[in-house]
Amino acid sequence: MKTSIPQEELLRSGHQACQGCASTVAMRYALKGLGRRTIIVVPACCWTVISGAAPNSSLDVPLLHAPFASAAATACGVKAGLQARGDEETTVMVWAGDGSTYDIGLQSWSGAAERGEDMLYVCYDNEAYMNTGVQRSGATPMGVWTMTTPDGNRRPKKDLDALLEAHHISYAATASIAYPEDFVRKFAKARAIKGFRFIRVFSPCPPGWKYDPDKTVDLARLAVLTGVFPLYEIEAGAFRLNLAPAKLKPLAEYLAPQGRYKGLDPEALAREQGSVTERWQRLLARKAAS
Amino acid sequence: MPRLEPPQRLPRIISSPGSTTFNRTSSWRNLVPRIDLALCTGCLLCWKFCPEACVGLPGPKPEIGMDYCKGCGVCAQECPAECISMDQEAEA
Amino acid sequence: MKKVLTGNYAAAEAAALAGVQVASIYPITPATQIGERLSEMSAEGSFGGRLIRVESEHSAMASLLGAASAGARTFTATSSQGLAYMHEMLHWVSGARLPVVMVDVNRALAAPWNLWSDQSDSLSQRDTGWLQFYCASSQEVLDTVLMAFKISEKTFLPSMVVLDGFTLSHTYEPVDVPDEKAVREFLPPWRPESRLDTGAPAAFGSLAGAKDYIRLRRRMAYDMEQALSVIDDVAKEFERLFGRRYEPLAPYRAWDADTVLVIAGAAAGAAEAAVDELRRDGHRAGSLRLRVFRPFPADALRRMLHGGMRLAVVDRSFSQGSEGTFSQEIKAALYSSSPKPVTTGFVAGLGGGDITVDLLKEIWAEAHNGTVNPAETVWMEDAR
Repeated sequence: MKTSIPQEELLRSGHQACQGCASTVAMRYALKGLGRRTIIVVPACCWTVISGAAPNSSLDVPLLHAPFASAAATACGVKAGLQARGDEETTVMVWAGDGSTYDIGLQSWSGAAERGEDMLYVCYDNEAYMNTGVQRSGATPMGVWTMTTPDGNRRPKKDLDALLEAHHISYAATASIAYPEDFVRKFAKARAIKGFRFIRVFSPCPPGWKYDPDKTVDLARLAVLTGVFPLYEIEAGAFRLNLAPAKLKPLAEYLAPQGRYKGLDPEALAREQGSVTERWQRLLARKAAS
Repeated sequence: MPRLEPPQRLPRIISSPGSTTFNRTSSWRNLVPRIDLALCTGCLLCWKFCPEACVGLPGPKPEIGMDYCKGCGVCAQECPAECISMDQEAEA
Repeated sequence: MKKVLTGNYAAAEAAALAGVQVASIYPITPATQIGERLSEMSAEGSFGGRLIRVESEHSAMASLLGAASAGARTFTATSSQGLAYMHEMLHWVSGARLPVVMVDVNRALAAPWNLWSDQSDSLSQRDTGWLQFYCASSQEVLDTVLMAFKISEKTFLPSMVVLDGFTLSHTYEPVDVPDEKAVREFLPPWRPESRLDTGAPAAFGSLAGAKDYIRLRRRMAYDMEQALSVIDDVAKEFERLFGRRYEPLAPYRAWDADTVLVIAGAAAGAAEAAVDELRRDGHRAGSLRLRVFRPFPADALRRMLHGGMRLAVVDRSFSQGSEGTFSQEIKAALYSSSPKPVTTGFVAGLGGGDITVDLLKEIWAEAHNGTVNPAETVWMEDAR
């Protein structure tokens, strides 16, 4: 039977992710794109747990746990060590949450990106510290409830993609689990490129975002269709918008099912809609210019 | 007093690949998905989107692995033919 | 081949001779030259390993976690704040049971800023599960780095080779640099049984519960204990091949001494000179250099010292609220001896202060004459 994405599963059932966790779907797709010649480095994040407690692993590829701040540096070492042992082919992938990527591990990936280390860095962005029970991170959007922002986060989400681009890396992309073929294609593409590659994966989190777990894929899709999480890729500086709806859906449609946005008043919603629209216009202009 | 002697085995624990399948996560489930195969079009979206990797493809139509399904309902929500229903799990 | 090398250059030379496959470097005074020399050797082709010019010491050690997990022989060097910044990674690497070898060039910790030698940086890391060796010459630095790889690869415990900032790191001495072929015979390539390998996929470092965790630490404690005999075996083999012998404790005219100076690092040379002068004046003086600090050679120490002795332990570190690190550990090791030597802790040379022959003679006299209360730490400074 022919399927639009590979059938081989390198993530096994029996893992400990919450019901409806997007990052598990993301891992399945990522490994479908990358294949078995992959080694994963995981810093402190939900995947410290999801990958399995000793002596078990939910993954069929090798995995090395690393401290919170040091995933990218650890991955540099893995690649160098593999090369020293004569293995040039294996892809070394960092699989890190937003806390590790936006905050504590920023120095480490920035160094690796600037040096052009040969690795694929993936941030599955669930917009807060979820493994510790929903505390704000540099990836938490404006207005969002978390355990440490009970009256709403007061700052806009850090523009990580812009930071990444400033490092002149060989490949940068966003990916959404609602678009499996696009997702798998990007990982397969990243596998074939040398140097520092970065993919940011949008990762809805039912308990952290306070929505019913069956809405995970729906929210991932709405984030794309409202312009909250546009799908694009930048290869050697060339920008490509992967999906450009003729008209964006209203932001409110994406926010409504999520309890974490409950405190957002109409004025704040209008402001947020404004900034999403503005960013989308910038991307359209960039698309037109490229 | 129970003394702890140094263990003889390797000084670190190495986790075996793909070995979490001993953990039957079906016990997490409150709602149980049922596919009406007569309505199923074989689009395989339920297979693609399953967070548990527990939807199998024995043939052109999917089969949900009930040992691992946590009952999240993503498959039912995403099914374009609306042929998956989420029913209350029977009391054990 | 004889070369004239500083302690830093001897360390770099040793890393290259050892066939290091991945070295991570990050500058910090006074260890910077080690990374510079490795870069130079890499550019000339005399160092064949991969150099990662990381953006921090934390990443230096993290990258070696990755490289050693992939099965490569690894090395780095640092000092002071750099070592303190690595602290988390030191526990991680020893817990992962990886044979990483690192040189620490002793330097005081801030605040305030200070560039000069004392041992508080390395001794602050005593509980991290790393072997620790304190060197007293450039030759010893080179030899100890070579031995450290072998010891670490046999014990699955990482090694820290420690040398004094400036007094040793920047002082030129003649060094006998062994032939690469002979080193390869002593130290064959490292081929661990398990490593990150897509042909045999496994996860390393997975979450462990209390039952597993305490067993892993129990095994580490056992292996650390056994490391003393590994250190001995490796020292014997090294002597057979290269003619130089290193013991965990290096006594000097101590057998019949009534009062013994105990010290680690390059200042041991001054202690030996002080002993010679005191002996000329008719005193029964001796000294004891602590070369291996982790694992702590407590048995050897007990065998070497007897109840009639007085000990003057010279610490270049101080644990605020307690006493100098060596003093604490030596007192603890001798606690079960009866009768035990009267042991007094002296703190000197913090932040780079000179530990001179005159100062050591003063310290010896204070301990010898019993003019100090052994229950208190005595802070000393060269009068000049």
